[in-house]
Amino acid sequence: MGMHSIRWIGAAVICVLLGCLIGCAGPSSNEILIGEFGSLTGPTATFGQSTQAGIDLAIEEINAKGGVLNKHIKVMVEDDRGDAAEAKSAVTRLITNDRVVAVLGEVASKLSLAGAPVCQANKIPMVTPSSTNVEVTQKGDYIFRVCFIDPFQGYVMAKFARDHLKAQRAAIFYDIKNDYSKGLAEVFDSEFKKMGGEIVITESYQAGDSDFLGQLSKIRNTNPDVLYIPGYYTEVGLIGRQAREAGIKPEKCTLLGGDGWDSETLFEQAQGSLEGCYYSNHFSIENKDPMVQAFIKKFKKNYKKTPDAMAALGYDAARILIEAIAQAQSLEGAKIRDALAMTKDFPGVTGSITIDKNRNASKPAVVLEIKGNVAKYVTTIEPPDE
Amino acid sequence: VHDFVQQLVLGIAWGSIYALIALGYTLVYGILRLINFAHGDVYMVGAFAGLYFARWGGVAAHPTFFGTAVVVLAAMVFCALVGVVIERAAYRPLRKAPRLAMLITAIGVSFFLENLCQMRFWQEHFRILGPDPQTFPTLIQLRSYTLWQGPTGSVTISNVQIIVLAVSVGLMAGLWLIVMKTKMGRAMRAVSYDKDTASLMGVNIDTTISFTFALGSALAAAAGILTAIAKPKVEPLMGIMPGLKAFVAAVLGGIGNIPGAMLGGLIMGVAEYMVIWKLSSTWKDAIAFAILILILLIRPTGLLGSTAVEKV
Repeated sequence: MGMHSIRWIGAAVICVLLGCLIGCAGPSSNEILIGEFGSLTGPTATFGQSTQAGIDLAIEEINAKGGVLNKHIKVMVEDDRGDAAEAKSAVTRLITNDRVVAVLGEVASKLSLAGAPVCQANKIPMVTPSSTNVEVTQKGDYIFRVCFIDPFQGYVMAKFARDHLKAQRAAIFYDIKNDYSKGLAEVFDSEFKKMGGEIVITESYQAGDSDFLGQLSKIRNTNPDVLYIPGYYTEVGLIGRQAREAGIKPEKCTLLGGDGWDSETLFEQAQGSLEGCYYSNHFSIENKDPMVQAFIKKFKKNYKKTPDAMAALGYDAARILIEAIAQAQSLEGAKIRDALAMTKDFPGVTGSITIDKNRNASKPAVVLEIKGNVAKYVTTIEPPDE
Repeated sequence: VHDFVQQLVLGIAWGSIYALIALGYTLVYGILRLINFAHGDVYMVGAFAGLYFARWGGVAAHPTFFGTAVVVLAAMVFCALVGVVIERAAYRPLRKAPRLAMLITAIGVSFFLENLCQMRFWQEHFRILGPDPQTFPTLIQLRSYTLWQGPTGSVTISNVQIIVLAVSVGLMAGLWLIVMKTKMGRAMRAVSYDKDTASLMGVNIDTTISFTFALGSALAAAAGILTAIAKPKVEPLMGIMPGLKAFVAAVLGGIGNIPGAMLGGLIMGVAEYMVIWKLSSTWKDAIAFAILILILLIRPTGLLGSTAVEKV
């Protein structure tokens, strides 16, 4: 072997080494990357923005205390504009381009259902702060949530309507294109009947509609005591207004909803038409727990507004995920997954959180009443005993 | 029976909005043989213009009847200008090109307007527009009247619906007067009948076409604000569906025919409510396109159109 060929081999070795260096150069070694996908713009923009504010606050606190595993945390954010196809590619980008160790998101169940299979296929744990549709965590054993699920929310409002409002006749008006809305409507229907009430009419609309007078006039003529509208704020505001326009009188028929109502935009659009109506939620700012009050104070200081449920759940989701990373002592997907599954009695601002065997959180719900454009705490409803 | 009457009342009020938009399609088609697909987006621009005029003019804070009327007129004038600019910039250079080129340009203008308004840039620098839905201020306090109260149901109408209907009818009557009784209207009819001959007779083609766009766009702006007053959510993509349905309404009535557009709009509105009443709201968009397919198969010239119709 002459000098010549040795030179060639040397060059090749250097090339391989360089290639490895470039290829292996991941994120700077003192940072942990977490992905977040959310609807920061579009029809459900306040959901994404609130969640992000909550997550940012949690990460800021953790980083101020030195981060986790002696590293700082950085959140990579992708906007999915409330679109399912966009949510899927946002998650793909987070995992394949940014190489995040775990993913936080989405609020809307439809979008979590789009993102979850990508996380599952790549064995990257995903924690959704507030998607309540049952199927979300059934997408695989890497998918978790820190909120309750639809059957429980439907149960809460059916129970509230029967026990608290003494309603006998209920009407349902739901978004037929929305997994979340359909789920809540089905459970409310069966639970309300089981509790001895009567469902007088079920009507549907589609997200993006702005005219509901036809359906609401039909509903009015069935004279219901309560009208359950498990939709998102973006339509519910208009529905509330048009319900009054169609002659559904507030003193005769109370409108009820789920956590999809939880947005300041709702009050703005409803223009007073939802006064005295109720919705189920994850969180109330009137909770006197010092930890909750401390969170509200910090949130107000940072963002100059009161946190809604989405912000509180975002905050809890981020803290539970980081806690799991600390417990796992590793950035490996499988180990973080195992640690997440072990979460028990985590002190969240939305209540004590225990992850059950189906990777759902078991916790109570609150019922809020809309009074003068503020949601006032009415009661807490515990999960039924199995 | 009361259910039928109720849905009919609602359908007519909503249909008059379609009619206003359909008039814009029909006017432009009559004069240029162009389906102006950007028309639905002019309707959206009208709603936004109304929103910001009301906010900046202080009408949103202290709504008065006079203030509301001024806002509506200002938005109509603004959209008339937008319509003229669109015609000047996008369609006039193509007037001699094959008609397909202009049609595709119209689709391009539509996308341009939708995406321009969705840009976050406006929100960040001027706190206007952007992709998030905005709430239209309450210019008219909502009241609901019971027309008829029966043992099993009732028929109600709201003041907003009455206003929508009254303003639409008023605008349509105004349009009819302009087209039939003024010199400009005669020029429009002449150009639509035969462009070259009209030009030989001393009619200024460019001015007439600009005027037609201004008229159609002003009507679309009125429709946009009326919708926003009734359903106070304004967003950049709000024009797509009403635009498409108004287009169907124009074809249904006979495109190029003014009374046809009004009739088509009302039929579309009523059909939509009847479908919600008897079938389900999921069929409400399908009915529009079913009507389009049927009319194209059975009577492509539309209800009031004929091959030798006076086209305006």
